[in-house]
Amino acid sequence: MKYTLAVLVENRPGVLTHISGLISRRAFNIESIAASYTEELDTTRITISVAADNEVELEQVVNQLSKLVDVIKIVNLTYVESIERELALIKVKASKTNRSDLVNVVEIFRAKIIDVNRETVAIELTGEESKIDAFCEVLLDFGIIEIVRTGKIALARGPVPAKEM
Amino acid sequence: MKMLGAEAIIECLKAEGVNLVFGYPGGCVLTLYDALYKADFPHILTRHEQGAVHAADGYARATGKTGVCFATSGPGATNLVTGIATAYMDSVPLVAITGQVGVGVIGKDAFQEADIIGITTPITKHNYLVKKVQDLPRILKEAFYIARTGRPGPVVVDVSRDVFNAPLDFEYPETVSLRGYSPLFAGEPESVELVVQAMAAAKNPIIFVGGGVILSETVAEFRKFAELTGFPVFSSLMGLGCIPADSPQHLGMVGMHGTYAANMATTECDLLLGIGVRFDDRVTSVVKNFAPQAKIVHFDIDPAEVNKNVRADLRVVGDLRWSLPLLNEKTTRRSAAEWREGIAAWNECVQMWKREKPLTYAQTSGKIMPQTVIEKVSQLTQENTVIVTDVGQHQMWVAQYYNFVRERSYITSGGLGTMGYGLPAAIGAQMSLPDKNVVLFTGDGSIMMNCQELATVADNNLPLKIFVMNNEVLGMVHQWQRMFYGQRYSHSSIKGKTDFVKLAEAMGVPGLRVTQPDKLDAVLEKALNMSGPVLVDILLPPTEDVLPMVPPGGRLDQMLLGGMS
Repeated sequence: MKYTLAVLVENRPGVLTHISGLISRRAFNIESIAASYTEELDTTRITISVAADNEVELEQVVNQLSKLVDVIKIVNLTYVESIERELALIKVKASKTNRSDLVNVVEIFRAKIIDVNRETVAIELTGEESKIDAFCEVLLDFGIIEIVRTGKIALARGPVPAKEM
Repeated sequence: MKMLGAEAIIECLKAEGVNLVFGYPGGCVLTLYDALYKADFPHILTRHEQGAVHAADGYARATGKTGVCFATSGPGATNLVTGIATAYMDSVPLVAITGQVGVGVIGKDAFQEADIIGITTPITKHNYLVKKVQDLPRILKEAFYIARTGRPGPVVVDVSRDVFNAPLDFEYPETVSLRGYSPLFAGEPESVELVVQAMAAAKNPIIFVGGGVILSETVAEFRKFAELTGFPVFSSLMGLGCIPADSPQHLGMVGMHGTYAANMATTECDLLLGIGVRFDDRVTSVVKNFAPQAKIVHFDIDPAEVNKNVRADLRVVGDLRWSLPLLNEKTTRRSAAEWREGIAAWNECVQMWKREKPLTYAQTSGKIMPQTVIEKVSQLTQENTVIVTDVGQHQMWVAQYYNFVRERSYITSGGLGTMGYGLPAAIGAQMSLPDKNVVLFTGDGSIMMNCQELATVADNNLPLKIFVMNNEVLGMVHQWQRMFYGQRYSHSSIKGKTDFVKLAEAMGVPGLRVTQPDKLDAVLEKALNMSGPVLVDILLPPTEDVLPMVPPGGRLDQMLLGGMS
């Protein structure tokens, strides 16, 4: 099963090394990791998507990460009502003949064309992982040149921030 | 007070109560060593940085105080790596201060530059790179706090050479403020209540004690608990000394080279109380066969230890300084007699295992048996003695045959199993406890991995007693090759031209040799009565096995036993 963790850490050099080093040496199965600073400049928030066989395995991930001195708090958002989003930028082949088909698909998915030239189109899409997967699937017919995805970020619904959970 | 960064480090050490540092100078730490010189701060110069870090580790294990070592940048720092990993695996409080190249050339592959922060991240509790002198007092305060509190561990502070030379207005912070670190003390009292209920329901309970009891200084509370309940006790390697080894209640060490009684009790028990242990694979063998009938209870300060190796049915997460007194309080609800009443049959069974198959070995005529050496030294020492070992067969024989009666009397590299640990660790132990007898058991393999430190022993006239258990092979490797690799002794024979007596004498340590069993007592007694250091080369047969042994992947109750010749 996939779990989503919100990890609040000190915004210091080396923090990501500590986290990624721990993940690799304990052989945890991380699907994506997205990090940036937050409303508090000294805090970085990392959203980690982790695959674990069961709760015991997940507990190990959380407990080991919690031991890092720079980790302030970990909230398991898996069972909290929350919004999850990912951003993807996709470069697709687009000729004169099929460009309007492509525009249709982009509209259906509520994606956005952000760059166009004679042979290709660059598209921006935000949404849940599954939506991006579905979009990429459709784009296969046009010919995908490259994809870049941010990895998932997540936010709990309701008024309480993760730091107070 | 205005001073240089290097001087501020000395002030921080004084404020932390550090009274001795082990180290080795070099380019990037010249200013730090200049400050040591000017302050006349006590420092032991080892002959290799690895010696310095193991010595600081031995110092810490002997006393419970935080060990400190210095090394220069690049190769100086990388030479600490094995020692830092050793301390990390055994939760030893240690602060290593390393020099780093100048701030402007970090990342430029400067002379003697190594990313020691990157290198030590997986083997430290925490680490810091100091690039600004004003951060120095806070970082050192945090480093010592992190190293000694909670589950102890090593912390590396890597200081750019510019910082040593930079002036600052020094003030040592009184408190630490770390958002992401607050060592756990008290846990949930209900968790202890559940344990006492499980104890009352158990027919075949056992106590499994480990190094956590020593680290948390709760040996007295632990002994009280053992006395109150009368439950049989066995130890991990790191837990030896928590209960006197010769106590009838004690079954000895458990695991791969554990006693018959301890391993049988693990297999047959219905309640296993793990206290300050981490269920290492040398204890459990294959996890699914470990204590198959037991409800497992895990007492630990580190929540990440619970369910890491063995699934715990009950957990008591918290400092043993909190949980053991509470456990004792709840345990006194029943009298000592009442506790014993319910487990009389079990205790009888355990004592029968102990009687039927004690530790034993066959004598080979004309040869000195390694187990005999340990037994003799055990008879001649104990009180006021600290035993240090290296790693291998001799380490296991010491664990089996030396009668450890109190905590911190056995210093050994358990988790990492670092050959070469013994001699420098013994130096550290002797420096911290000048009035104690420090005895090192090492092997002809292990001693060579840090034999340069014999010079440190001689130059400081440390009265170490060094027993080289010389069987002319890398004993444990040889044993495995004999048992599991068809006696193909690939590169495990080290019978060569090395003369350990001459080696010791060349370094300034008197050497003795014993090859005949009838001379053994006299030589051991002579060595132990010498006022200064001595190395004794003890010639042993090459094919003696450490037994009992649970073959790798085997079940604890299916061990190979000793005594058959």
